[in-house]
Amino acid sequence: MKLYNGGLIITGIVVFLALAFFPFYYNIGKVNAKPEPKLEPAIKMSEKRFGKKQCVEPREFMRREHMVLLNNWRDSVVRDKNRRYSSEASGKTFNMSLQNECMQCHSSKKNFCDKCHTYMAVKPFCWDCHIEPKEKEGSKS
Amino acid sequence: MSMDRRQFLKITGISSILGLGASVASATHPIWMPGVDPDLVSPNAQALTAKRWGMAVDMTKFRSEADIKRVVEACHSIHNVPDFGNNPDGTKNIKDEIKWIWKAKFKQAFPEQATELNEHLEEAPFLVFCNHCDNPACVRVCPTKATFKRDDGAVMMDMHRCIGCRFCMAACPYGARSFNWRDPRPFIKKEKQNRKYPTRTKGVVEKCTFCTERLAVGQMPACVEKAPPGGLVFGDLDDPKSAIRRLVSTRYTIRRKPELGTGPNIYYVIGGR
Ligand code: HEC
Ligand code: HEC
Ligand code: HEC
Repeated sequence: MKLYNGGLIITGIVVFLALAFFPFYYNIGKVNAKPEPKLEPAIKMSEKRFGKKQCVEPREFMRREHMVLLNNWRDSVVRDKNRRYSSEASGKTFNMSLQNECMQCHSSKKNFCDKCHTYMAVKPFCWDCHIEPKEKEGSKS
Repeated sequence: MSMDRRQFLKITGISSILGLGASVASATHPIWMPGVDPDLVSPNAQALTAKRWGMAVDMTKFRSEADIKRVVEACHSIHNVPDFGNNPDGTKNIKDEIKWIWKAKFKQAFPEQATELNEHLEEAPFLVFCNHCDNPACVRVCPTKATFKRDDGAVMMDMHRCIGCRFCMAACPYGARSFNWRDPRPFIKKEKQNRKYPTRTKGVVEKCTFCTERLAVGQMPACVEKAPPGGLVFGDLDDPKSAIRRLVSTRYTIRRKPELGTGPNIYYVIGGR
């Protein structure tokens, strides 16, 4: 078999491959920059309150469904006069409130909620009205 | 693979029946929705309940301007109601003003009742606020059900649904509703802010809610707590044994614009016994 202009073609292919895969190797090492919401304050609070690590529902469920849970809490409180929520999974009872429950444990919006939301580019407008907890000095990061 | 027409039809037929069965099974077992399952949510045990909340206002119990101001301030600071202050020329900024409860003169609150015989009353101060009507005009006109009547009589605002169309403001004959023309946050004094209650945002309508967030934890409305004894009597109008019912049944009371058919639930005690 004879390849005419072999040098040119091979160089062309190499250049093409280098360009085509540029985004992949450019990002090597950066893929690890996933968000890391700070859980320590919440864990401390829940240990004080329940004697163990405990969110409203199991962690996996919260990660996936917290926005649905919040919407349901909101409607249940404002429209149906309910204020208490009992979790089937843990048997624990919670006050259905964004400001007065979620944020009592997750005491920094910046180091918790915002960590994921900024990464995902979601901007819940809840904070236009609901007052976020005061950020403690030195909690910038 | 060898499959004749007959075999093919058999297989597709059976699998579509199985498929239908599966979809029926999943319809009878809906995905569990947290918060909407009535088994999971309940009111607080200590919540105050009623069939028809109402208020009786006896202005003779208010001894001074300070008594009135204290009540208004209690409501407005607990609910993060902004204060837009005065215009540059010193007059009150009534265009931006947000008010849940405020002071009105008799002739303003009861225009159809003012006669030359009660002239001495004309300028007398009255506390006015949402009448939590039996037949609320605001609820009728709201296109999103953002304002609605609860089964305990309170006419409630769901801020999450309000689109700021202001139909309710046009409908309310009592001027009980205020629109947020501007972002209210900069006008809420930091030292008076209640961090347990939300603010509102530009573009929503707000008003007195009978302090539903306080009723839910067994507390009386803030204004009632701060009023002189007997000045504001809050209770269940449908309960014959309640203090408010006895007061309204035994004393002469008037309501604001009852002739409009809205069925206001705020009663004003007039004159002595
Ligand atoms: C009693 C304290 C407490 C309350 C109240 C609470 N949380 Fe949590 N939350 C925790 C703890 C502790 C964890 C970590 C759970 C674990 O590791 O198992 C957690 C985990 C989470 C996670 C997952 C984070 C991750 O990185 O995996 C989300 C999302 C979350 N919470 C949101 C909420 C929301 C929204 C509310 C209010 C509806 C709320 N939490 C109320 C203590 C609380
Ligand atoms: C583990 C990451 C994570 C944490 C921690 C987290 N969120 Fe979220 N949140 C998300 C993601 C991802 C979405 C977007 C989901 C979507 O768009 O489908 C979201 C969406 C929401 C939404 C709906 C927004 C919208 O515009 O519809 C609300 C409300 C919300 N989060 C509240 C909170 C609050 C309050 C906290 C802190 C207590 C919190 N979240 C913490 C990941 C997180
Ligand atoms: C226009 C202002 C406004 C916005 C925006 C808003 N809320 Fe609210 N929210 C309120 C008010 C007012 C209440 C009534 C508080 C009460 O009765 O205790 C409330 C009540 C709630 C409640 C129940 C009581 C409590 O203390 O939390 C939940 C849960 C809630 N909102 C969630 C949300 C979420 C999630 C968002 C964003 C997706 C949101 N809200 C956006 C004004 C707002």
